[in-house]
Amino acid sequence: MMAICSILPDVLCSFPAVSDSYIRMARKTIDDGFRGLVRQYSHLIDAVVQPLQTFLNFLERLFVNSPWILVLAAMLAIVYLASRSRGITLGTAVGMVLIGVVGLWEDTMVTLAIVTVSTLIAIVIGLPIGIVMARSDRVQSAINPVLDVMQTLPSFVYLIPVVVIFGIGKVPGLIAVVIYAVPPMIRLTNLGIRLVDRDVLEAADAFGSSPGQKLWNVQMPLALPTIMAGINQTIMMSLAMVVVASMVGVGGLGKNTLQAINNQFFTFGFLNGFALVAIAIIFDRASQAFGKRLQKHTEVIHG
Amino acid sequence: MASHGIEIRGLYKIFGPNGKAHVEAVKSGVSKAELNERHAHVLGLKDINIAMPGGCITVVMGLSGSGKSTLIRHINRLIEPTTGEVIYDGKDICRMSPSDLREFRRHKTAMVFQKFALLPHRTVMENTVYGLDIQGVPRSESTRKGQQWIERVGLAGFEKHYPNQLSGGMQQRVGLARALTNDADILLMDEAYSALDPLIRVDMQTVLLELQAELKKTVVFITHDLDEALRLGDKIAILRDGEVIQQGSGQEIVLRPADDYIASFVKEVNRGRVIQVQTVMTPATGAPGGFSLPSGTTLETAAKQMTAAGVSVAQIVGRDGNPIGQLDLTTLISAMVTPVGHEETASIAAE
Repeated sequence: MMAICSILPDVLCSFPAVSDSYIRMARKTIDDGFRGLVRQYSHLIDAVVQPLQTFLNFLERLFVNSPWILVLAAMLAIVYLASRSRGITLGTAVGMVLIGVVGLWEDTMVTLAIVTVSTLIAIVIGLPIGIVMARSDRVQSAINPVLDVMQTLPSFVYLIPVVVIFGIGKVPGLIAVVIYAVPPMIRLTNLGIRLVDRDVLEAADAFGSSPGQKLWNVQMPLALPTIMAGINQTIMMSLAMVVVASMVGVGGLGKNTLQAINNQFFTFGFLNGFALVAIAIIFDRASQAFGKRLQKHTEVIHG
Repeated sequence: MASHGIEIRGLYKIFGPNGKAHVEAVKSGVSKAELNERHAHVLGLKDINIAMPGGCITVVMGLSGSGKSTLIRHINRLIEPTTGEVIYDGKDICRMSPSDLREFRRHKTAMVFQKFALLPHRTVMENTVYGLDIQGVPRSESTRKGQQWIERVGLAGFEKHYPNQLSGGMQQRVGLARALTNDADILLMDEAYSALDPLIRVDMQTVLLELQAELKKTVVFITHDLDEALRLGDKIAILRDGEVIQQGSGQEIVLRPADDYIASFVKEVNRGRVIQVQTVMTPATGAPGGFSLPSGTTLETAAKQMTAAGVSVAQIVGRDGNPIGQLDLTTLISAMVTPVGHEETASIAAE
């Protein structure tokens, strides 16, 4: 290989990169500009972040400070009401008790709080964007590349701007989780609405539905199974991201895992990992069973 | 509420990004194939002029691709016309504003679809009152009306079922109940019965005819089945490649097909059920009296009654009860089995 370089001109052998000083200058300009911007608007950023902080703290305190038996009872009640399945409820009880026995109850509650908040925010943001996207091809083609970037950009990379803008702490972590978890919500809402049978939409038009009536009477109910799949995905992705977000100061199971990596605590790390898996399975099974129950009417009884 | 007729005048539909630009070309004789090849536009409808009388069933018949479904969608403007007018009660539907159009669809039209197009997440009752929901009628009132029509179409007891739990025929009854509950003057039926099997189809045709005898709505019925067209239609328009090639009563079409295309359809038709006695009768000879049949009786019914009564000649009487001609069994049977030649039909027409 070196031999080839002796015949070729130098330009073709080592890549002609822009000189280091240019890169350094660009980096400095952009970074300083960015920091300056953040400093200038710090009040605004704080004002936006404050309600999130309050909500997250409230939920976290509620989960952590309530007696465990109450939290467990509430959880089982919610799981049973959503799934109407004894198996899933029993599995939830076993999983949560095991988590408590190995001493991870409090950390699990912290994680549960942040996953709950980030899922709610992802739904509140994702649903309207998905609806708008489904109504216009132009909006769809504008948003799709953004979602592609959000989903393929390594999560460590967008922790950087989040930290620069919002600093270190729970809320920056929450924002990172939401950014990571919202794309499937948006995509599947859009897809669900676009997949609604055209014949049924035509019937809605023929009876004189306004666009709003069409959305709420026809499109949303028929897109619900797909939207539920989106919510399910969002929950799963939040659970995956809370571990990474522990790097910017999110507590709970993720923080333990990070410590375990740093200190080579093999058993402790895996226990935390399994606790996360247990929560993930509970959320997944409960939300899927709920989604299926909503679709009872599609069961074909008469052939 | 008196029914109003629908008048379609000079309607053109050219599918494609710039349909309007090609209307003149089509008017001056560019064919469908040529338009498609040279300009990548598809000719949907060409110069449609049909008067659909109020309170009657108008059937638009044609094979797939003839433009019949496109045509019916212009009446409630689910498809925008390229040029032309659709007049109902003095107003041009093609020129209505979006909100007027919505009101028109809510209160004046109801539609039944080939693939039923029921809402799968709503029960039979909730589907039936869908149109009233859209109008903002409170459920207490709409369920009362809905219940009445569910019973009328023979679905009592199924109110709480979901469409997926019903057979095709029953689903289309829900579609019909949904349209009727709207209490609209115009009933649009887009191949409403084409997806049903033959026995149920005849059954549903009977339901429609019975209801129509009472309701007297302006019905536009789309079908590809000539037998269905002849059974239901007070007036029939036959479409081919987006053009009306013949319109008139069923009898006119069977007796005087406008071209070979229609003639080939008509050949297979059960003529005894379509042709009426006054069309084939001979001038009255001999004294009045004996067995008599009212004009308007179909040949099949006439044959049945004459053989049952054991007579070979019947006297045909007009609406006022006076004899207008006579018919013997030989003429009757030959009219039922042999297609009437062109010269003969011409002579009948002349009379």
